[in-house]
Amino acid sequence: MIEVLVIMSAGIIVGYLMRHRRRAIRIFDSLLVWSIFLLLFLLGFTIGRDPLIMSALPSLGMIALVISVAAMTGSILLAFILWKFFYNKK
Amino acid sequence: MAFSLGVLLGYSGWLPLATYDGNPGKYALYILMFLVGISIGADHRSLLLIREQGIRLFLLPMATIAGTFAGILAVIHFVDGLGVREGLAVGAGFGYYSLSSILITQMHSEALGVIALLSNIIREIITLIMAPAMAICFGKLAPVSAAGATSMDTSLPIITTASGKEFSVIALFHGILLTMLVPILVTLALTLF
Repeated sequence: MIEVLVIMSAGIIVGYLMRHRRRAIRIFDSLLVWSIFLLLFLLGFTIGRDPLIMSALPSLGMIALVISVAAMTGSILLAFILWKFFYNKK
Repeated sequence: MAFSLGVLLGYSGWLPLATYDGNPGKYALYILMFLVGISIGADHRSLLLIREQGIRLFLLPMATIAGTFAGILAVIHFVDGLGVREGLAVGAGFGYYSLSSILITQMHSEALGVIALLSNIIREIITLIMAPAMAICFGKLAPVSAAGATSMDTSLPIITTASGKEFSVIALFHGILLTMLVPILVTLALTLF
């Protein structure tokens, strides 16, 4: 999957070189948004058709909830430490 | 929205796409990553903000990344059927649910893509609801950190309400940087571990 990062880096360089051509950039940005929509639709379509994943949705949702809560608790605690020691001294 | 529409159509079997295997293939992913790259490269707001505010703008994004991964590492062993790399990949969405779920679907599996979609939507929703409480209990940086990549757009209004206008620059930079890092960290999580 490293090739994905190489392709993205190529995109970053192209984007940086084209950063002043706002019109072209806007077209690329809307292409990006629409391709994400399309791929999300396809993901939904595949899943709606797949009885195995459909029946597993509640448990997938529980896993998702556990991960979100853990991730947010971790970030909030570190943000709290940062707040205490770096920002709130003034 | 696009996702739920797809679920409905797929479930109902209305669309005559019975033979479609649901995999747009790796070339779709390549094109997507190239477009993501262009949009990152062309965005010079972050460079401007660094020039204005200096290097300490990076502290909070670092805290968010480290905190997210540490939190997930702490619970992942209790989650059935998910390994460290899957957990970290889902967390590396930082609330940017559309892109992260697509990348994870393409690079891993549909089931993990759905987990990423739900988990990152939940992160955004919890932030929108709890931001004021977070600011009161854990300081004014907490809502920004909780928002993850969404602190630059969808969560920005609630952050400025909960923490104050003076935190909008921090929130903006935090969101822009994490949005850039989502595709990189998702890929690394699924590749390295």
